[in-house]
Amino acid sequence: MYKGIGGSAGYGVGKAVIISNELPVYEPRQITDTEAEISRFTDAVEQFVEKTMAMADKMKASVGEHNAEILEGHVMMISDPFMQDEIKGKINQGDCAEKAVDETCDMFIAMFSQTEDELTMQRATDIGDIRVRLLKILTGTADVNISEVPAGTILVAKDLTPSMTAGIVKENVAGILTEVGGKTSHSAILARALEIPAVLSVENVVSLVQDGMEIAVDGCEGIAVLNPDAATVQEYEAKKKQYLEEKEALKVFAGKETVTADGQKVALYGNIGNPEDAAKVTECDGEGIGLFRTEFLFMGSSQLPTEEEQFEAYKKAAVAMDGREVIIRTLDVGGDKEIPYLGLEKEENPFLGYRAVRFCLQREDVYRPQLRALLRASAFGDVKIMVPLVTSVEEIRSVKAMVEELKKELDSENISYNKDIQVGVMIETPAASEIADLLAKEADFFSIGTNDLTQYTMAVDRGNAKVAYLYSAYHPAVLRSMKRIIGAANEAGIMVGMCGEAAADPLLTPLLVSFGLNEYSVSATSILATRATISKWSKAEADQVADKALSMATEAEVAQYLKESRK
Amino acid sequence: MVSKTVTIKNEQGLHMRPAGIFAKEMAAFDSDIQIVFNGKKINAKSVMNIIAGCIKCGSEITLECEGSDEQVALDKAVELIESGLGE
Repeated sequence: MYKGIGGSAGYGVGKAVIISNELPVYEPRQITDTEAEISRFTDAVEQFVEKTMAMADKMKASVGEHNAEILEGHVMMISDPFMQDEIKGKINQGDCAEKAVDETCDMFIAMFSQTEDELTMQRATDIGDIRVRLLKILTGTADVNISEVPAGTILVAKDLTPSMTAGIVKENVAGILTEVGGKTSHSAILARALEIPAVLSVENVVSLVQDGMEIAVDGCEGIAVLNPDAATVQEYEAKKKQYLEEKEALKVFAGKETVTADGQKVALYGNIGNPEDAAKVTECDGEGIGLFRTEFLFMGSSQLPTEEEQFEAYKKAAVAMDGREVIIRTLDVGGDKEIPYLGLEKEENPFLGYRAVRFCLQREDVYRPQLRALLRASAFGDVKIMVPLVTSVEEIRSVKAMVEELKKELDSENISYNKDIQVGVMIETPAASEIADLLAKEADFFSIGTNDLTQYTMAVDRGNAKVAYLYSAYHPAVLRSMKRIIGAANEAGIMVGMCGEAAADPLLTPLLVSFGLNEYSVSATSILATRATISKWSKAEADQVADKALSMATEAEVAQYLKESRK
Repeated sequence: MVSKTVTIKNEQGLHMRPAGIFAKEMAAFDSDIQIVFNGKKINAKSVMNIIAGCIKCGSEITLECEGSDEQVALDKAVELIESGLGE
């Protein structure tokens, strides 16, 4: 059994077909007839363009425009005059076409990899893909043809490049297994679009597998079993059946309200990182936006975004949600994020330092334009302001005072906004949890950020593998904290939501129903599953599970019990 | 030579698709066209150079055109950047 990353959910069992995408070997030669060699290169490029456009057309039909754009990009790159001149220059100096292409691609890969810019670095992968295919054409090596693999195939490869995935026939591929790639890699995105289970980042898997070997993949947990025994195959087939049935069953929850088994209505929202994603939440049947992270406006820019730019972005989300609630979190940055123009210094303990609301309250030149933009956007929808990393009552009071000042400013300028705009607190520190009753008197709503709340409560850096085992929302300390926060909000009569990963965790649903959570904000893809889980629990049954879970002393006991109680 | 400073509007900056459209349109002109960004000069007719420039949303760039059709080229370049390059 091998553990990797679950890149695309689902289960599959099948026979391995190893897809090798090695660079073809060539013998560097000294060229004397450079003109003939240049025309050999130009012919190869022509063939490349023709093949690539054919693949792009195929892809448009199978997975849509967007994925095909990557291949069209390959055509743009190889047609680039600068790249062509570089290659032809080398040939003119006596290099053979293979060597000229190889070295020029190397140069660009190095150039792009050095930028430390994620999008640009991804382009280095594209150049690698272009290089392999162009060298194959030049050396007359047969191209990989994934479209011809038989039904029940598990594709095994070091990495699936855009050109390789273009040929995938969805019905014939039972699973994908690769050595590299994460959840956001091209292979993962494509596998999800095709609904093929995928396990990525399994070390050395290509050398562990032989063609024709039976393999079972679990794309939910990121597990691959090589040569599974009969019992395992049976288990995976059963899981697959159940997974597909559940997926089908979720469809009946589309377009429905979110209610518990005893008829209690709750709100089910989506989390987004930019205004465009609001459409995705609506598509997935989300009832509002429970967390709109505004960092994208600040990170993707070389200078402070203006009030106008921010206003446009917030307004866009508000308009897209058409009167439904949109909770927008104000800037949440600190010394661990590179935003050069903010002048944040590197800190010893960035997570305990000058960040989020602490930074914003001292940097009014940054915060005021954001709050003004939010107020102005509130004229176009149900916009609410959420303040991150609050640890004291003074902080929320200061933000509210600033909001009041800005309202007067807008009044004097005759600019419209929602006069009753709500200002809420994101509860994600043990301090805020301890004083939840006091904060509830000041805030219009709460939203529990379980990721940071867990990290700060457990005093654990989830990125550190040696201590990551402590990071768990099932720990009694975290559960008690959630209960206290929700209880304080209910007591004060304010809305309380949750926008961390825990909100979508079906094991925690009975506890959240029991504690009295009003709003669940989850990733768009988890919306229907969360609605289905909530619908299974009545308050009485949830209370029973909650009482028992809270009486347990260890995280392991709680986790085990919640698994057993899952509906 | 004519030049003008503009701001990039595309959310993800001049990444592959917009860079490709821009370079292709620029290639149609005889003039030399440069993007000046962060003190570097980038050949506007090369998608590879533009990508390597990592030009982000909100960045200010200066477009410089020099040649027989410099004014037409500059007007087109400015129009393309300001239109968001089809995004």
